[in-house]
Amino acid sequence: MATASKAVTNSRANLPFVYRQYSAEQLKQVLHKMYLVRRFEEGAEECYTRGLIHGTMHLSIGQEASAMGICMPLAEDDQITSTHRGHGHCIAKGAEVKRMFAEFFGKTTGYCKGRGGSMHIADVGKGNLGANGIVGGGIPIAVGAALSSKMMKTGKVVVSFFGDGANNEGAFHEALNMAAVWKLPVIFVCENNGYGMSTSTARSTAVKNIAERAAAYSMPGVIVNGNIFSEVAEASHQAVARARAGEGPTLIESKTYRHRGHSKSDRNRYRTKEEIEDWMSNRDPITLFESELREFGFIDDKGIEAIRDAVAQEIAEGIEFAKASPSPDISETGNYVYTEQA
Amino acid sequence: MPTEVILPKVDMDMATGQISRWFAEEGAHVKKGDVLFEIETDKAAMEIDAPASGVLRDVTGKEGVDIAVGAAVAWIYADGEAYGADAAAAKQDVAPISTPAGEMSTKSTEGGAVAPTSHSVTHPSALPSLPPLGISPTRGEIGQSPSAGRATPLARRLAREAGLNLSTVSGTGPHGRVVKADVDAAIAGGGAQAAPAAKAPAGVPAAAPAAPVKAMSDDQVLKLFEQGSYDLVPHDNMRKTIARRLVEAKTTIPHFYLTLDCELDALLALRTQINAAAPVKKTDKGDAPAYKLSVNDMVIKAMAMALKAVPDANASWTESAMVKHKHADVGVAVSIPGGLITPIIRKADEKTLSTISNEMKDLASRARSRKLKPEEYQGGTTAVSNLGMFGIKDFAAVINPPHATILAVGAGEERAVVKNGEIRIATMMSVTLSTDHRAVDGALGAELLVAFKNLLENPMGLLV
Amino acid sequence: MDAMVRELSYAQAIQEAMAIAMDMDERVFLMGEDIGVYGGAFQVTGDLVERYGADRVIDTPISELGGAGVAVGAALTGMRPIFEFQFSDFATLAMEQIVNQAAKMRFMLGGEVSVPVVMRFPAGSGTGAAAQHSQSLEAWLGHVPGLKVIQPATPYDAKGMLLAAVADPDPVMIFEHKLLYKMKGPVPEGYYTVPIGKADIRREGRDLTIVATSIMVQKALDAAAVLESEGIDVEVVDLRTIRPMDKQTVIDSVKKTSRLLCVYEAVKTLGIGAEVSAMIAESEAFDYLDAPIVRLGGAETPIPYNPELEKVTVPQIPDIITAARDLVKGVR
Repeated sequence: MATASKAVTNSRANLPFVYRQYSAEQLKQVLHKMYLVRRFEEGAEECYTRGLIHGTMHLSIGQEASAMGICMPLAEDDQITSTHRGHGHCIAKGAEVKRMFAEFFGKTTGYCKGRGGSMHIADVGKGNLGANGIVGGGIPIAVGAALSSKMMKTGKVVVSFFGDGANNEGAFHEALNMAAVWKLPVIFVCENNGYGMSTSTARSTAVKNIAERAAAYSMPGVIVNGNIFSEVAEASHQAVARARAGEGPTLIESKTYRHRGHSKSDRNRYRTKEEIEDWMSNRDPITLFESELREFGFIDDKGIEAIRDAVAQEIAEGIEFAKASPSPDISETGNYVYTEQA
Repeated sequence: MPTEVILPKVDMDMATGQISRWFAEEGAHVKKGDVLFEIETDKAAMEIDAPASGVLRDVTGKEGVDIAVGAAVAWIYADGEAYGADAAAAKQDVAPISTPAGEMSTKSTEGGAVAPTSHSVTHPSALPSLPPLGISPTRGEIGQSPSAGRATPLARRLAREAGLNLSTVSGTGPHGRVVKADVDAAIAGGGAQAAPAAKAPAGVPAAAPAAPVKAMSDDQVLKLFEQGSYDLVPHDNMRKTIARRLVEAKTTIPHFYLTLDCELDALLALRTQINAAAPVKKTDKGDAPAYKLSVNDMVIKAMAMALKAVPDANASWTESAMVKHKHADVGVAVSIPGGLITPIIRKADEKTLSTISNEMKDLASRARSRKLKPEEYQGGTTAVSNLGMFGIKDFAAVINPPHATILAVGAGEERAVVKNGEIRIATMMSVTLSTDHRAVDGALGAELLVAFKNLLENPMGLLV
Repeated sequence: MDAMVRELSYAQAIQEAMAIAMDMDERVFLMGEDIGVYGGAFQVTGDLVERYGADRVIDTPISELGGAGVAVGAALTGMRPIFEFQFSDFATLAMEQIVNQAAKMRFMLGGEVSVPVVMRFPAGSGTGAAAQHSQSLEAWLGHVPGLKVIQPATPYDAKGMLLAAVADPDPVMIFEHKLLYKMKGPVPEGYYTVPIGKADIRREGRDLTIVATSIMVQKALDAAAVLESEGIDVEVVDLRTIRPMDKQTVIDSVKKTSRLLCVYEAVKTLGIGAEVSAMIAESEAFDYLDAPIVRLGGAETPIPYNPELEKVTVPQIPDIITAARDLVKGVR
């Protein structure tokens, strides 16, 4: 989905960015993937409830447009670093849900062979350098990957996803500063869902908008409605162009909301039912994108139904694949600590 | 807090001791200073006094077993002081080191059966005897009593491999720990105890000939005899110490021997005169002379004076310096049941013959009942060993470090001697001086021995 | 033909190794605070910036956490960074990236990636730098699976082990004692490596094994020379790598000598000596011990400023001599 469609018709001249930029097929594919993220997380949640998945997981339901929009202009060999709430990023960057399910089930066919689980889901082949369990942990790593890109002149762009909580970590500031000083091809994407676990940004962050912090590091700070796919994709498009041109990093603040709690142990005491209900009913990113696609004539109800059915089947197959896959042998507990050398 | 009664260290290189006898029983009321028990060390029996007044409790130090120095053997509770489970629990690790685990006591209280766990014991009459820390009864080594004391892992392994019972090996390491050298020596000595480590001197038997060194294990020795043709008598501490120290002396000290004959007639005459002149003293057993000199008393004095006359020979060897003594302290080998011991006449050169004689009688008698104090048999600058009473004509003694010399005294006997071209009869006595050649060279030793001979043959010199 | 061997200082040996690595592999680059024109706080990078340019000898902002993370990210994506901490104490600021990221990345991702980053830590006391610039924190990192932790003790090893570290596919942490930087020793020209994970018997002996690390290796050798005159024959094992530890060399040595003394500068408690002691106690060498194992480590205090206090805080040659003598003579 990297290349922008050349088949932009004049009739779309007044439409929002993505409808001018991408083909109907590409946009349907986006809807497909947004559904895939949603249903994947719902499926994982259900498996968790049934005791098939242990540990915990952090669901990004409600944030699908953010992940998809940011990854829209990325090429396959561009790279991302992700977060604990990273299932959407992983799918948006091209991962297969069956191998993600397998990882959640702790199976050898999982992306991390059962060693990482939800919180360290990765797909290095597709440029996902891994979700990170440490808030802010992936930000300097993304800068390092961007340094590699620059030194090896590979032209790769690196996106670092992180949440609003990470913007108060030292690593965020150190990394943004270095990226700016060295003009590295990296895009910092803060998915601001309003809460660092239970603490709202209003209570934790001195600036009103996290994007304002970009000024401290002399880079553009862009605020987008993270629930509107087109807005996110447009901002990402511009940031990628800037990065590829060697002009340095951009900070994008994608304002969004998570419908679920922080993790599976969250009792949602820090926000009201009404607030959650409002976001789910009126600002759901999939609903918003679907209605735009319908309104602009890119898809009809039948097409949407087809996507939903296809996704449902893919999810069901994915879960079956995970269930049927083998667990790692206990004798292999020590594997992958060090690189096996011939 | 109850007062702890420990097995005290009463000897320099003592790591363990045995209580030979308790004088107070569990629950008895004792007064501070009362004799509580008697310890048998390798040299002596020592009476240990109660450190406090009160009721004696938790007497865990059993008679006849090796107990580590410093281990609590009982507790004294002040009158009215509560005696309960907490105290008992805190004292669980008090244990004689040679109590086999199999004998773990589960004695109940006076009231009846009570589980032996510390938490449930309220008034035990005796605490369970647990094996000492670090020696697990479940990890007993093959052929090895789990009660063996401290030993290094290497020593344990070597003993195991050699089929040597580690409990028969005396440790020369810190805290009495058996180290490799002890095991090597034990193996070399056929299971007898020996150790070349340079440990502090203690009262050491002097006159016994050094044991032959045999590179044979216990098993190898026993195999040479028909089963049932012998009894095995376990070594006591004294025997172990004698063996260890003699091997040490004979293997580390370069011995050198000098022999002379002394004519005793003048000395014997003087002795008769002096003894006849002894005043009468009233004693429990009726009147007795105030002293009765023996030839040996005079030999002690002569040896002391000879050392004063030849002060270079009154020395001890150390690696860094020659120790030149200012006094002549003469150790005298005393044979006692099960071994021998060498009490010391201090400053014998300054003492009168009668003082020496009486002191010697007292020391010898207390040596036989093993009541000598360590300071009465440790140290000394030379030694005398006399086997004349057995008719032994001449022999060479093993030096008793830190001494540099030892005089072996044979029997006084009438011999035909040639003097001024004539054969006549004289009472002669052969003496052999063993010297540590590192400290006393041949000529120096000869000078000492000649000085000794002159004093014996001109005995009036002993009186001044 | 044998390479020409010269006398180089430990710092020069490291610098030469870094230059060779950069000559051989264009993916190798240096990062750190003031390593460019300044030449590094201890002049280890020296004039490398003039020879390789500021693009390969990169001065970072004073951002240890971020800098370490950048190095990790670069290593993860194909580069071979050598990251210099100005002082090992500043590892505290970067522990997140070292411990959570560099060490675990390969494992968490099921073997899909490697993180061939090299981090250099000038460590240790003796320079009057006081409590926050004198620590020996190698055991902290030695506790983390996924890292390799080395402590070269000679110029020869400093060069050979650094080149081995650069060639290693996994994160290698190098602790360099600051007082060693001026130490001179023979160093061959050209490329060679000294294996990571292999201890070195620096002196053979019969009576006692001293396992030492870093600067304590030389101190142990000096002590051994004195002890030799007393008839005590000391074997000195230079551990060189604390993770993965070369257990067999230590075990074999202890089996030979029956006595073990561990000497290290870091705080004694929970340090390398604890690990070596426990490892020996668990090993087949246990049955060869003829004396308790003894550790000589740093005092349980921060490193003081006052030079006399600073000296007594870490083991010195007389301490080693006394401890060794006591062990062999059976005083302890």
